Amino acid sequence: MMKNCEYQQIDPRALSVLPQSAQNNTEKTVQRSRRKWEVFPGKNRFFCDGRIILPSQSGVLPLTLGLIVVTCGLFFAFDCPFLVKHLTVFIPVIGGALFVFVVFSLLRTSFTDPGILPRATPDEAADIEKQIDTSGSSTYRPPPRTKEILINQQVVKLKYCFTCKMFRPPRTSHCSLCDNCVERFDHHCPWVGNCVGKRNYRFFYSFIISLSFLTSFIFGCVITHITLRSQDGKSLVQSIQESPASVVELVICFFSIWSILGLSGFHTYLIASNLTTNEDIKGSWSSKRCAEESGNPYSYNSIITNCCATLCGPMPPSLIDRRGFLSLDEAIPAVSASEIELPPFTVKSDAHMEENCQDFALSCTA
Amino acid sequence: MAREFHNLQELRHNASLVTKVFVQRDYTEGTVCRFQAKFPSELDNRIERTLLEETVKTLNSYYVEAEKIGGQSYLEGCLACATAYIVFLCMETRYEKVLKKISGYIHEQNEKIYAPRGLLLTDPVERGMRVLEISVFEDRGSGSSSPSSSMSSAGSSAR
Repeated sequence: MMKNCEYQQIDPRALSVLPQSAQNNTEKTVQRSRRKWEVFPGKNRFFCDGRIILPSQSGVLPLTLGLIVVTCGLFFAFDCPFLVKHLTVFIPVIGGALFVFVVFSLLRTSFTDPGILPRATPDEAADIEKQIDTSGSSTYRPPPRTKEILINQQVVKLKYCFTCKMFRPPRTSHCSLCDNCVERFDHHCPWVGNCVGKRNYRFFYSFIISLSFLTSFIFGCVITHITLRSQDGKSLVQSIQESPASVVELVICFFSIWSILGLSGFHTYLIASNLTTNEDIKGSWSSKRCAEESGNPYSYNSIITNCCATLCGPMPPSLIDRRGFLSLDEAIPAVSASEIELPPFTVKSDAHMEENCQDFALSCTA
Repeated sequence: MAREFHNLQELRHNASLVTKVFVQRDYTEGTVCRFQAKFPSELDNRIERTLLEETVKTLNSYYVEAEKIGGQSYLEGCLACATAYIVFLCMETRYEKVLKKISGYIHEQNEKIYAPRGLLLTDPVERGMRVLEISVFEDRGSGSSSPSSSMSSAGSSAR
């Protein structure tokens, strides 16, 4: 059967390329215009035809949502009726408003592009390589590439990203989980299931602040509920037995409050000093390393300006243009790039040889 | 030096691409979007220095306007926060409005100044705001430069 296919050399490169080029031809003849999200190189998943972007691993986002919904559900079902009767009707109103705000902020944080930088086009990458080669050595393995620039009279090192093939702009970092360079990279939050970067930091901050208020509010209300019940002539144990859901809420809130409040405080400090978690952890601008007083070149040296700049600053649009259509010459480099990448992976392609052979055989006989 | 050999339509469909020149970002003032005013040496005999510098300066001023932190951006931010950020789904932000203005400006510059000289600017927003890409096309006048790329058209700027 293989002889009928008319290829003599079992060359992994030819095998892996031929089915793809056959595929490409059929795509061209079908003339279905593809959107850019369909060929996006990072580890992301897209929904609603590119409108919603998520990392490939959504972390524990379902757990976060589940915990919030369950706790609030129990609160509205078991504590609110009692509290409305004994206190005021505003308790479920405030609780409801906080819950809605928390869920919206969470979803916004998870589904928003954090500030992903599109990878360099082949021309751009070649231009950068040319600039480096003229100044660097000609050994086979070039040393890790860095470029030093001056920002506000301070020396900052820009690193070269081998995946995205460009020098990372300042404050940009490559997230290995999402396989993307993200601007003003803060951290990758598993609870939210997304990176936190320039475009969704304010949503993330709103989420943790509102969640702090929500957990404190529920905690306070539940304590009030149990206290009021035990004041009606019953013991504490009896009150708890009457409303077991309240205990569940208490436990969840108690354990969450410490971490959420701590996180809120930490991020408030970061915002006030215009730092990212990434920079803070690495100690990029700590006074021990730098001789100057204020090491951070991005800080406006005023707490209020820093806060306003980060939270109320202009909202940059997404740079990856998920829903744009691919032009024909943009689709072609995808094939040539895979050709270039093949030689190092000859072992891997051998494993798929059988499959590719059969695929090609089928396409021949079709 | 001003040779009228091309127009925008012709560049997009017929002319052969010679090379691409990249104007990099200037980070001396922080992470605000700003491009270097340094004139690339490859364009020495294609365009007057002042024209390109003027274009870059105007682009930089547009970006400053887009990223300005002032009354309007605060209002936008507070309104967005108050509506749980739903307003961003309905309303176009000021940044997006300025980006539209920039794209119109680049198209106009291409038509009037760059296309007649066999050059084409690509809107930085299509390159992740990292570079200002200038595509250099075959100079019909001298007829000496040979096309080095297999791509026949790089008309990826204003659609």
